[in-house]
Amino acid sequence: MLRHVVVVGASAAGLSAAESLRSKGYDGKLTLIGEEPHPPYDRPPLTKQVLSGVWEPERVVLRDQTAISKLDADVRLGQTAVGLDVSQRTLRLGPRTAGPDPARREPQSGQAGTGVEQLAFDGLVIATGVRARRLPGSELAGVHTVRTLDDALALRSALLSGPRVVVVGAGFLGTEVAAAARGLGLDVTLVDPGPAPLQRQFGVRVADLVAQTHSDHGVRLRMNSGVTRFVSTEGRVTGVELTDRTVLAADVVVVAIGAVPATEWLADSRLPIGDGLECDATCRAAPGIYAAGDVASWYNPRFDRRMRVEHRLNATEQGSAVAANLLGADQPFAPVPYFWSDQYDVRLQAYGIFPRDATTTVVHGDPSDRRFAVAYVENGTVVGVLGWNCPPRDLRALRQLVADRAPDLVGR
Amino acid sequence: MKVFVDQDRCVASGQCVFAADGVFDQRDEDGIAVVLDDSPPDDRRAEVQDAAAGCPAVAITVEG
Ligand SMILES: Cc1cc2nc3c(=O)[nH]c(=O)nc-3n(C[C@H](O)[C@H](O)[C@H](O)COP(=O)(O)OP(=O)(O)OC[C@H]3O[C@@H](n4cnc5c(N)ncnc54)[C@H](O)[C@@H]3O)c2cc1C
Ligand code: SF4
Repeated sequence: MLRHVVVVGASAAGLSAAESLRSKGYDGKLTLIGEEPHPPYDRPPLTKQVLSGVWEPERVVLRDQTAISKLDADVRLGQTAVGLDVSQRTLRLGPRTAGPDPARREPQSGQAGTGVEQLAFDGLVIATGVRARRLPGSELAGVHTVRTLDDALALRSALLSGPRVVVVGAGFLGTEVAAAARGLGLDVTLVDPGPAPLQRQFGVRVADLVAQTHSDHGVRLRMNSGVTRFVSTEGRVTGVELTDRTVLAADVVVVAIGAVPATEWLADSRLPIGDGLECDATCRAAPGIYAAGDVASWYNPRFDRRMRVEHRLNATEQGSAVAANLLGADQPFAPVPYFWSDQYDVRLQAYGIFPRDATTTVVHGDPSDRRFAVAYVENGTVVGVLGWNCPPRDLRALRQLVADRAPDLVGR
Repeated sequence: MKVFVDQDRCVASGQCVFAADGVFDQRDEDGIAVVLDDSPPDDRRAEVQDAAAGCPAVAITVEG
């Protein structure tokens, strides 16, 4: 019998796990610990509606106060888990730095003086997500990353002064930031060591079209270019030096070069850490200890491989799956990953996985019409489908090919 | 039970249609969700609640 479940990480995955525990009937003690001072909020709008100013930042909140109270959980915001003892089944928590109730800020138990609190659990969900990867020089004024609401608000206010913007990294975040900054009418350069934006994610065919779309909207592309350093004056960034020694003048630099799983606090736990916290097919890292969301690496039987997915829907689905497994379902988690990205008037939607050596076939529409879908085939089976403004009915049917691992479509 | 979709939040994922086809559909032109049946029969409650819980944009509300 579980009597105390602790969820570490109070964002999409952690909230989903906590709510699913309750909706599946768990009525024991529940604690939700989140390092950020904000109540759980949604990240995808940060580089879309928040940067562009279409939404007031309050709209990113995931649940209102009533829904949070319904969880009947001890929600501790502004508190960081700093260590885990698997055999003793205790967490070490840092001092609470924020929260609605100041009286709770003092550690209630644990070692006096160190500010570290011990918290015992018998079930644990690790949902600490990822942190933005940084470059040397990130401490300079004008250099930004976008992972948190605070990051997005800081970047938004920097963009309002009409700066020249250099975006480093042409993945999802970088391309979305470039699109949002162009939407604000700014001078934007997108830099990446790869040959085209999103090429690492979706291959040449789609990447060339992404490149075209960004140039059409006035983004300057500096592909095949690494960054050697930031140029600065008096602690403020003034430019970005590229591998060919040219310097791009910049007032704002956005570093969007991927993220690293937030597992540093598990270093002494002896849990298996690789690219994320490594779990089995049920998302279990150790008895009674599960992981969900961006931090979790698990074996997905549907695709017969280990994966770690930084997608919004996965956070919800995996949170719910680990809640069920913690309560005894013991089912493998075998989703078809889903991801979307909005840039300008383009909505990219991706189901499945996109291995680098997959072959691609257009399976719907025509790329020249900017409304199409591409299937990704690996070893004779469809493993991924990418829709580019693809009509919903067609896209749902194509998803089924991935779910079924349908045979190769080439030549159909 | 009453079902609402906030079309401003919807990101056209189609998850609600997978969860509760017939209660939800998506517009052809942009994939934004529409509610086909805003007071579905009670035997669809579980599906509708799954749709709301599984919406990656938190765009679905169920009342009652
Ligand atoms: C700007 C942006 C845009 C995105 N756009 C899209 C999109 O369009 N489509 C899509 O599918 N996905 C998108 N994503 C990805 C999606 O937001 C993530 O997959 C999702 O947020 C993962 O949720 P999570 O709960 O696993 O992790 P996170 O949201 O990262 O949350 C983890 C939480 O744990 C906290 N934490 C970390 N360490 C500790 C600790 N030791 N103790 C306590 N708390 C801790 C963190 O502060 C954080 O609040 C986007 C992400 C970002 C950043
Ligand atoms: S699940 Fe949510 S985001 Fe997806 S189509 Fe339905 S309402 Fe829109």
